[in-house]
Amino acid sequence: MNTAKDVILTRIKSALADVPSAPIEEDAPVTWEYGKVAEMPAILDVFVDALEDYKATVYRVSAAEVPKTVVKALKSKGAHSVVLPAGLEASWREAIHHAKIGIHDDEPPLTAPQLNEIDAVVTASRISIASTGTIVLDHTPDQGRRALTLVPDIHVCVVAADSVVSDVPEAVAKLKASITAGQPLTFISGGSATSDIELQRVEGVHGPRKLLVVLAE
Amino acid sequence: MTRLTPAPPPGKLIDSPPFKVNAKKELANPVLRKNLRFATHTIRAKRRLRVSEVGEEAWQQLRDAAAEIKDRVARHLDTYLLQLEETLTAKGAVVHWARDAAEANQIVVDLVKAKQVQDVVKIKSMVTQEIDLNESLEANGVAAWETDLAELIVQLGHDRPSHILVPAIHRNRSEVREIFLREMGRYGTPAPADLSNDPPVLAAAARTHLRNKFLAAKVAISGGNFAIAETGTLVIVESEGNGRMCLTLPETLISVVGIEKVLPTFDDLEVFLQLLPRSSTAERMNPYTSMWSGITPGDGPQELHVVLVDNGRTQALADEIGRPALRCIRCSACLNICPVYERVGGHAYGSVYPGPIGIALTPQLRGIKSVIDKSLPFACSLCNACADVCPVQIPLPEIIVHNRNRVAEAKQSERRPHLETTAVGAMTWVWKNPKHWEKMLKLAGLSGKALAALRVQSLGPLPPPISAWSNARDLPAPPAQSFREWWKRNREGAQ
Ligand code: SF4
Repeated sequence: MNTAKDVILTRIKSALADVPSAPIEEDAPVTWEYGKVAEMPAILDVFVDALEDYKATVYRVSAAEVPKTVVKALKSKGAHSVVLPAGLEASWREAIHHAKIGIHDDEPPLTAPQLNEIDAVVTASRISIASTGTIVLDHTPDQGRRALTLVPDIHVCVVAADSVVSDVPEAVAKLKASITAGQPLTFISGGSATSDIELQRVEGVHGPRKLLVVLAE
Repeated sequence: MTRLTPAPPPGKLIDSPPFKVNAKKELANPVLRKNLRFATHTIRAKRRLRVSEVGEEAWQQLRDAAAEIKDRVARHLDTYLLQLEETLTAKGAVVHWARDAAEANQIVVDLVKAKQVQDVVKIKSMVTQEIDLNESLEANGVAAWETDLAELIVQLGHDRPSHILVPAIHRNRSEVREIFLREMGRYGTPAPADLSNDPPVLAAAARTHLRNKFLAAKVAISGGNFAIAETGTLVIVESEGNGRMCLTLPETLISVVGIEKVLPTFDDLEVFLQLLPRSSTAERMNPYTSMWSGITPGDGPQELHVVLVDNGRTQALADEIGRPALRCIRCSACLNICPVYERVGGHAYGSVYPGPIGIALTPQLRGIKSVIDKSLPFACSLCNACADVCPVQIPLPEIIVHNRNRVAEAKQSERRPHLETTAVGAMTWVWKNPKHWEKMLKLAGLSGKALAALRVQSLGPLPPPISAWSNARDLPAPPAQSFREWWKRNREGAQ
């Protein structure tokens, strides 16, 4: 028996002596309507505006143009080496290979110092939120484990247009499945930033300093 | 014994002198006041913009929902904590319970020692500051490195945080440069000798200084913004990516979480992920939010400990007026809007929680025994600006007034009948409700105008029992414009 646990639970019970023993929903109702879809006519435009507000680079291309755009994005930042998650779309990998950018696989898993020597990472994504310009990774095989999108300094992230939702509630509702499946989630809104010195926003502290988004329409 | 990390100022926060003594000292520092004024005004304006994007009505609906969800948690806290323990355990985490700071520190120290490491990396966390974990680790031969930029500035500056979100808000760029130049080399990678005071250059120096610490770290310590009972998910909201480094690279993660941080369901996040970033850093969304549910095989730490900390929270829970203070999501909007905080800064409060939430919550968590805790409820003009911006609608002035009454009552029972408490008793109706206060100020303000016309500088004796208080306090003539009226006219538009 965990005594601290017992003591804390007993303290809580006596602190809440005023709370009637009604069902939770009755005693403390929550009137909020969950998972509401926000009305948004030009959803992709909203998404791109919000991303650019964070100083991310955005390429809007057709699905067929994604492989060459991924290469273009990598080259624009001078990436010579890239780590690719195991489940990445084969055509993207091929284009990167043809462009003679050094590919590293995470098999066996790279150590943190090894990842630190690699310039870039290319991933897919799970869901994006237009109103806040947020990309969510659920770290399934086309995105790789969390360290891959953290240590290299350049992140090229491909977002499928049909994975962009209006606002936070819609995204949270859709991400429940990933959480239930035990996946971690990373919400990315622009690149790493800080406002800790005189509240001036500085892009790029510890996370990837360059975020390039390829929006496949 | 030589220290492993920079020593903070000596003494314990709870032994601080009373607020007005500290405030006097801080007010004498013009650099501090300039830094604070600039910072709080900047963030206020940005917050207002981000909230207006959501729309007034939608924002209010979010605040209502947040308050309802948090009240549900508070009123059924035992149920949700047990559920959280169950879901976390099912997903491979080890759950620990800590009655107070000493117990929480001991749990963490034992866990870290079992790993035989000399260093741990830390994500900025209010609860680990509250329990003073870093000093416990230091005393046990473990160096805890703060990795948030502002926390790093504070740690290297042998300083204490002065704001819950921007802990180094009292420092300007030149001060940061000096601290980095002087201290970084003593504790790891030095700052480049030609370091300028340009914020991007300073941030880059922090990146370089911390990178090797991240890559080598075996154990990380975090707090938690939210803990989801339904799914056993912990959530960290951050900006820089230092949090992701700590949550992802080390083998072991110890998350220290206040018991009030639990949320019933994953869906509840849709409310808080909208309110928190806009209220805190005034962004549509903060750069990074991480969520993890126990252990994920092959991804991130393979050992996870969650320490659930009471440390006075059940005391606040038992106080029906103080209870809503436990809704706080530590956004800091109330600090940024507070006219008292803006002038004196966070160090005057003798608590890791300064500003309106500090004077509402600290005397709830720590009680009202120390001189600082007795004085905190009076560090407020009851202008109500904090309650207006609070995303979870904590009735801060009401709790502050209630804390005043507790202090007054305690004094009364401690000592012989005291003039001040008699007056306090007579003025209870005024303080109980901000609306009463406003009414009184309005009345006083009106007569103030009349007095101003007559060039009356100070009021003559007031009728008892108020006279007992006012004579001792050298009550000045009320201003022609009450503070709240003045605030409404001059500040709200400029938020
Ligand atoms: S009391 Fe409200 S405004 Fe202040 S920090 Fe907490 S949540 Fe934010």
